[in-house]
Parts: sequence; structure tokens; C-alpha cells
Amino acid sequence: MKKKLLHAFDWLLLLGSTLLVCTFLGIILWDIFSKGLPAISWDFLLQYPTDGMTQGGILPAVVGTVLLTFITTLFAVPFGVACAVYLNEYAKHSLFTNIIRASIRNLAGVPSIIYGLFGLALFVQAMKLGTSVLSAGLTLGLLSLPYIIITTEEALKRIPNSMREATLALGVTQFETIKDVILPKALPGILTGVILTLSRAAGETAPILFTGVAFYINGVSTSINQEFMALPYHLYMLSTQHYAIEQVRPLAYGTAVVLITLVFLLNIVAFIIRSKYRTQD
Amino acid sequence: MEEIKLSARNLNLFFGNKQILKNLSIDFPKNQVTSLIGPSGCGKSTLLRSFNRMHDLSPDARIEGKLKMDEMDLYNKANSVTEIRKRIGMVFQKPNPLPKSIFENLSYALHIHNFPKAEIPGLIENALKESFLWDEVKEELKKPAVKLSGGQQQRLCIARTVVLRPEVILMDEPCSALDPISTRKIEDLILKLKKDYTIIIVTHNMQQAQRISDKVAFMYLGELIEFDSCENIFSNPKQELTKEYIGGHFG
Amino acid sequence: MIDWTFKQVFKGAGFLTIALLGSIFFMLMYNAFSFFSRINPIDFFTGIQWDPDTSYSIFPLLVSTFLVAIGSMVIAVPLGILTAAFLSEVAPEKLQMILKPVIEMLAAIPSVAIGFLGIVLLGPFISKLFGIQNGLNALNGSILLAIMALPTIITISEDAINSVPNSHREASLALGANKWETLFKITIPAALPGLIAAVMLGLGRALGETMTVLMATGNAAAIPKGFLDSVRTITATIAIEMGEVPYQTTHYFALFAIAAILFLISLSINFLGEYFANRLRKFDA
Repeated sequence: MKKKLLHAFDWLLLLGSTLLVCTFLGIILWDIFSKGLPAISWDFLLQYPTDGMTQGGILPAVVGTVLLTFITTLFAVPFGVACAVYLNEYAKHSLFTNIIRASIRNLAGVPSIIYGLFGLALFVQAMKLGTSVLSAGLTLGLLSLPYIIITTEEALKRIPNSMREATLALGVTQFETIKDVILPKALPGILTGVILTLSRAAGETAPILFTGVAFYINGVSTSINQEFMALPYHLYMLSTQHYAIEQVRPLAYGTAVVLITLVFLLNIVAFIIRSKYRTQD
Repeated sequence: MEEIKLSARNLNLFFGNKQILKNLSIDFPKNQVTSLIGPSGCGKSTLLRSFNRMHDLSPDARIEGKLKMDEMDLYNKANSVTEIRKRIGMVFQKPNPLPKSIFENLSYALHIHNFPKAEIPGLIENALKESFLWDEVKEELKKPAVKLSGGQQQRLCIARTVVLRPEVILMDEPCSALDPISTRKIEDLILKLKKDYTIIIVTHNMQQAQRISDKVAFMYLGELIEFDSCENIFSNPKQELTKEYIGGHFG
Repeated sequence: MIDWTFKQVFKGAGFLTIALLGSIFFMLMYNAFSFFSRINPIDFFTGIQWDPDTSYSIFPLLVSTFLVAIGSMVIAVPLGILTAAFLSEVAPEKLQMILKPVIEMLAAIPSVAIGFLGIVLLGPFISKLFGIQNGLNALNGSILLAIMALPTIITISEDAINSVPNSHREASLALGANKWETLFKITIPAALPGLIAAVMLGLGRALGETMTVLMATGNAAAIPKGFLDSVRTITATIAIEMGEVPYQTTHYFALFAIAAILFLISLSINFLGEYFANRLRKFDA
């Protein structure tokens, strides 16, 4: 009997923990969406901020985040995928590649603010790109590289060796095998990893703090050499640095809703690609 | 008339829609070694595992019929599964020592079943002696069990079962992963253990079945084809199928 | 010929990537050395005050950083491992299909949004609960970091528990142990190296997180006496001060120096995590 009671306790412990974790998510989403949705309107999404940020919309921040993510993609995806292809398809297993893999895994764990410092030292100062959306995009690109390499390599590893041998045995070159067989087959897996990485990059704040983000710019940034606004930084400034913090709280909630929705949308796209890919197998 | 220890009556077992055991009835005599033989997939292991209710773990397994130890209904809700598994021990195909020391591998279940702490070292020593392992490991009881050789590991698994003083020991091809010398040691052990325990063993090895069994059951496609003394099965099988299987024509 | 060219292209991209990533390390070290050529390293590690222009000591920042991170682990480790155990050993498949996306969603929420909730929701709650003026303190940061570390800990712990061979569970059950005894005495101990790896990676995440602690912990650069004090972590210090510091001054180099220390800490924690993860893999074989 005592044993039975103890086991009911064990069960409650496990279930309770799980429910608590779910509750965290519930509270986060409930608070942000219940208070943020009323602030959302077409005007909010499509207008410039006015009256010292106490009125108006967040259009420049949305545009800035999209542009930033676009630059990140242009930089990180080709290099990341090429690096993974080299590691998995060309490089022989050696101590050297093992060291490379270990450093890539470790770089994925480097705090994001350190990437910010590096971006400042390399892109802004050494390469004289200035504080700009280009510098910030490249910085986020660096941050994304390890994740893209890791997920791409995993996707490549899932392709059975028999498939490589089959085409190679037909006299097809290795490059053609990679181009015509390996990459198309691995595409859904690579795409999933890329999208998830970009959704993380879009929500990052620390790496762009010193590399180009601004609280307010005039108009929408169109040149990649200019400073820019971004959703996560906008949320940070509205909630901590604004002179009328209480007054702009609804705008902060609205910004949070837009940011989270954007990130979730990217995650859902990745989820759909992944589940389609699984059923194909 | 020999005393019956374990019995199955009209046993049907399904995994999902697939029927694995078909209306199977069998009586296992007390303190004897009974071998279950038959080609792969005939349901030998499934039958074995239904006695200590290991199928409870697979959600899509469904069992009909009566399984009894002495007069106890093994699937009656009033009987605790853990008590049944304590009384019906099991040794698996691949030696599966727990990731603990040799000593802890034996003490684990003793603690679980609340044996008095003071008695535990003595019980463990006895069980290891009983399993012909004591002399080989008495100096290094704290060593991780995985460091033992395959044969030693399997004897440890038998000791781990024996230490609980079960009434029945189920063995699922206990020698299939072992070399001939280790196999011989386990067979000697089985012959010694049958004094105190009822043993049911699944085996693919005909010579082994002949060497150790008192009775042999031949199964095919989920049905019991023939069940007789070891001597009769091997020298004078009544069924054509049995004759063919023993003669090595299929399986 | 084309084949050879493209091989070189891929190889070049690979090496460029690695060169870029490798230069992060050298940039940090170079600037940190510039700092230590101006400031005595002993003062840097043993001083008690971080006050740009007069005294650069990492000590209060380190204490703050570890206080918040370890506090978050106290919350996240038991919660994460128990949830992982529930997911892999108890929950039926249909429930898993619901719970896994929940954990992925939690992982996807940007840190700035979590920090925002620290200000508007958790901060007021803490100040009311303890009757204090300011709810932006170490406790606030710890709770938020715990929430952020949970997905990492749960996912890796679940892998670790799943990779415990089924034969261990069967052995235990066949001896008459019940499901719970098997889980707590066999499965979880057997998964221990993987669980430690999970904790290490979660801790690394908590130590390196910037926005959440910047927003929710109050940023007082003094040595904290407890969880209800405001603290200022290494990451928050960099975030606050780097924007305003002139290029290549002592202060500028000082921020790189504390970043280098943070880098080394998270590197060692990652290596420890990898070491334990590898031990789990060996144990499988």
C-alpha cells in the first residue's frame, strides 16, 4: 500500500513537471497575445512611428528585420551548405575534419553577444562597413553558419551511401552526383534547418546591438549601408529605454505579437516541410 | 503422475491484427527442464514471455485464454505483476547485466522486494555459488558487470534471477550469444538448477535440447504440434512435421 | 576538370568558413591581451568593483553571471529531466505528438520577448510576492533563463533516456521491479552521462544569454548578496557599455577581456557536455 502511494506520487511528479512546462508556454502566449492583439491593425503594420514613438506603426522595424534576415540568408546559406558538402562529401575522415567538426559544434554554443563584438571589430571597424544593415546581416550570418553547417550535414548523412555508389558506378562525376542526386534528395532537410536557423536569427538582438541597429530612422532603410530598425530591438527599446514607458506599453505588446508571429510562421513552414519529407521516406 | 507447475489453456495471443499463438494448451511439469523448439517465428519466445507477463509492455498485444501457476491465475487483476515476475524469473537471449557493479546487479532486486538488509550479502554469495560464478568474481564484486565476459555475464543474469528464489525460470535462448565452452557451463548449471526450479527454455540448438531436456515441445506457426518426453521426440516423433524439423529439413 | 574546380570551390568555402569562425577566437584574445597590457590581471580577477575609468574587476560580474545561471539550473534541471522522463517513458504516442511541438514553440520564442515578460509580468509579481520595491533581480533572471534553457535540457535528456537499451528495462522488470523503480533506479542512472550533457548545454545557454538578463535583472554592478538583489551579468555589461565606449580605449579592451573570459567559460562547458555525450555513445556500443 505504501508502495502504491509512493508510485502515485512519482506519477504526479512527472505529470506535474510536464504540465508546468506547458503552463510556461501558455502564460507567455496568453499574456502577449491577449494584450498585444488589440494593438494590431493594418495601420500598426504599415505606418511609420510618429509623435516620438508614442503613436503610429512599426513598418520600418518590419522592413528592417526582413532585409536583415535576407542579408543573413544570402551570406550564411551558400557558405554553410558548401562547407557541409565539403565536410560530408569530399573531406576524408581525419583528425583535421574531426577538429573542424568539434569547433563548429562549439561555435554553435558561443554566446550571441560575442558574435556582436566580433561583428563590431571585423565588419564595422576593420572592414570599414560602418554600423549598417550589411554589417549586422553579416554578423547574424556568422552566428547562423554553425547551425546551418550542422543541420545540412545531418541531412546529407541521412542519404544512404548506396545512392552515391549507384550514380558513381554509372561513370557520373562526383560533382554531378552531388548536384543531381545528393542535394535534391537532401533539400527538404537542408531547407528545414535553414528556416529554423533564420527564425532564430530574426529574433536575435544582442549581435545587432553594436553593428547597425537604430531606435529610430527617418523613413524605411533601402540602402544596405544605412542603419536600420529591427523588431526585437524595437521591443527592447520600447520596454526599457523609452521616456514614456507606460504609455507605449500597448505598442510594445503589439511589437512582441508581430515578432513572435513571424518566428512561429517560419517554424510552421519548417514543420510542414519536415513532415512532408518524413511521409515521403 | 508428475506435478504440474505452469500451464496454458486455450491461449490466443495477438499483436495488433496478427495472431501469434493459436489456441495453445500446454502443461509444464515441476522441477523438470522443458525445451521449446521450432523454427524462427513460431511463437516460442512469445509463449515464454506471456508467463511472466512481459507482453504487458507492448500496448498492441492482446491475450485470451488461461495461464496458471499452480492454482494462481497469472492474468487475474488481483495478482500483482511484480510478485508474479519475482516468482517467475527470466533469463534473456543476450546477456543484459544492468549498468551497475556485479554486487549491485544482484542486490538491486533484493532491495526492490524488501529483503532484510543484513541477509543480502549472504543471499548474493549463495546465488553466485549456485551459478558457478562465485570463484571467478568473489574478489571483484564491485567491478562493473559489463566488464565480465559474455558467458560470465549470462551466469550473472542467472544468479540475479536465482537470488530471488523464484519457482520457475524462463530462459529465452540463453546460449545463442555464447561460445561453446560458456554454453557448456550454462547447460551444466541448468541441469543442477532443475532440482529446485521448474525451467522452461527456448532453444534453436537440437543437441542442446537433447542434452538438457526432460520434455520437449515442438511448435510451428503459433501452434503446439507435439509435446512429449525428450527421448520420444528425438527418437520417435509422432508427427511428420516434428520429424522433418528435427531431421533438419526446414527451419 | 569541372569536377576538380567545384571540389576546390567547396573546399574554399569550407576553409573560409572555418577561418572566419577561427578568427573570432583570435580577435577576442588579441583585444584581451591589449587590455592586460594596461591593467594588471590580478586586479582584474580579485578586485571587487566594476566601475569603468576607475576599477576594472570582473569579479562582481562573474558572481552575478553564475548566480543567475545556477539559479536557473536549480529550476530547469529537475523540471527538464522529469518532463523528458514523462515524454519518453510514460506519455502515449498521441500525447507526445502534442507535447513535442509545445517544447519546440517554447524554444522558438525570441529572448527579447521573454525579457519583456520579465519586466511587465514576472517583475511586478516578484515585487508583490516578496514585498520589495524592485522585481528586476537575480530571481527574475533565473526563472526566465530556466524557461529558456528548458527546451534544450528536455530535448537532449529525452534522447539520452531513449538511448538506454531496452534490455536494461526488461532485465529490471523481469526481476519484479515496477515501472517507477525501473525508471528511477535503472533508466535514469543509465542515462546519466547524457543527462549531464543536457545540463551542461542548458547551463551554457543560460550563461551566454544577453537580452533576457539585460532586461530583467536590474543591472546593478555590485556583488549580489542574494537572489532578491539586482545583478549585472557579463553579457549585460557588454550590451550596456559597448555602445557608448570610444574605439580602442582601455574600457573598450576591458569589454573584450570580459567577453574572452565568458567565451572560455562557455567553451569549457561545451567541451564538458561533449565529453559526457560521448561517454553515453560509448556506453551504447
